[in-house]
Amino acid sequence: MTMIRVENLKKSFGKIEVLKDMSTVIEEKEVVCVIGPSGSGKSTFLRCLNRLEEITGGHVYIEGTDITNPKVDINKVRQDVGMVFQQFNLFPHKSVLENITLAPMKLKKSDKKAITEKAYELLDKVGLREKANAYPGELSGGQKQRVAIARALAMDPKIMLFDEPTSALDPEMVGDVLDVMKQLAVEGMTMVIVTHEMGFAREVGDRVMFIDGGYIVEENVPAELFGNPQHERTKAFLSKVL
Amino acid sequence: MDTIRNAMPYLMEGLQVTLYIFIIAIILGFIIGLIVALLRLAPFKILNWIAKFFVDAIRGTPFIVQLFFIYFGLNSLGFFSMDNTTAGIVTVAINAGAYFSEIIRAGIQSIDRGQTEAARSLGLNATQNMRYIILPQAFRRMLPTITNQAIISLKDTSLLSVIGIADLTQEGRIQASQTFEAFTIYLTLGVIYFIVIYLLSMLASFVERKFVLR
Ligand SMILES: Nc1ncnc2c1ncn2[C@@H]1O[C@H](COP(=O)(O)OP(=O)(O)OP(=O)(O)O)[C@@H](O)[C@H]1O
Ligand SMILES: [Mg+2]
Repeated sequence: MTMIRVENLKKSFGKIEVLKDMSTVIEEKEVVCVIGPSGSGKSTFLRCLNRLEEITGGHVYIEGTDITNPKVDINKVRQDVGMVFQQFNLFPHKSVLENITLAPMKLKKSDKKAITEKAYELLDKVGLREKANAYPGELSGGQKQRVAIARALAMDPKIMLFDEPTSALDPEMVGDVLDVMKQLAVEGMTMVIVTHEMGFAREVGDRVMFIDGGYIVEENVPAELFGNPQHERTKAFLSKVL
Repeated sequence: MDTIRNAMPYLMEGLQVTLYIFIIAIILGFIIGLIVALLRLAPFKILNWIAKFFVDAIRGTPFIVQLFFIYFGLNSLGFFSMDNTTAGIVTVAINAGAYFSEIIRAGIQSIDRGQTEAARSLGLNATQNMRYIILPQAFRRMLPTITNQAIISLKDTSLLSVIGIADLTQEGRIQASQTFEAFTIYLTLGVIYFIVIYLLSMLASFVERKFVLR
């Protein structure tokens, strides 16, 4: 089943066109890693997938729903699309448990007890049950990011978007977060991951997408994209980062 | 000492009036401030302009002129008649509301954009985001400035004596002229205001400590 369909996506900030013409299809359970130079539009691309950025042209379909249609209830669509940010963006005035339960309590019909139980299960999954009553300010970066993942998962999303989830972390924390993401991939979550972790992209990605200058320059299975890049720009980029 | 003892019951009556007006006006003022701040930040230009015009008008005119406009000016139109206490409450509320709105707006804007993005990405709508994520954080940050404005408004209520409201200042003035002990009476008056404002600051810092920003 197709989870995300992007058709001729364009995005401008004022006069500056950041995404020029992007099309791709992401299937259920696929893990797509997005790589590319700084400023190439990776974050903007990802943020168009849940309309965190207003889309200027083209179409984005999430499970068949065209989210560029202004009549679409975007809040409903977003409940199915979890997002994890480089800077975590945990709610500092809420405990870890409340961070996870807040959105489901307000948006889901299930009762409070079930939501709390689910939150503890998610905390187990990211290895942080003992931090349930801590506040974000008391956590390390790696712990914060794992809570942020649990928070997104609490809405039972069908798709997870990650924007450089490990870039703000100390090196020794990166592994814990990547492990959680690997586990998600194994469980069959559909994921789009903007990352600088080439090793992770190669190992976990079903596909790697190279973005440069507002275009998807090329996309392929990791072995091909890393081992046999077709475009000069891909080669130039890979020679710098590998 | 006798002067103070004799004057005290009248001053306490005045204090009651002052506190009554202050408490109602500050609550109304806060509600006005919140609404105006939200209008100021709403995604509609006209609403932004209306809110900005209101704030500029209040900030650009003296309190006493606002008071006269509302009490004498509006009453003179003859559509309704407002007693002086109501006019006093309305003036303090509107005046505080304008200043509160600027404080609240700055507080809302000081919250990192990532908070809104995280909330919206979970599926919360703009109102839920404001209510559960942005405002609680903003209020914690704003508390010291809010307290400051509340103290200014409390002092402003002393100007209400000019439209004949029997507030603390008015009672003091009456006592001073009746007893011919202006020095003692006005000193006492000052001490009472000082104590009330001191208690108000204590209350504020207690609340602040209870809701420390984590
Ligand atoms: N809100 C905005 N207003 C104006 N320009 C923006 C905005 N957001 C992004 N841009 C511009 O769009 C371009 C792409 O930005 P984007 O953040 O998508 O890049 P990126 O590939 O994620 O880079 P990085 O690897 O540094 O995160 C950049 O030139 C950036 O300056
Ligand atoms: Mg980016």
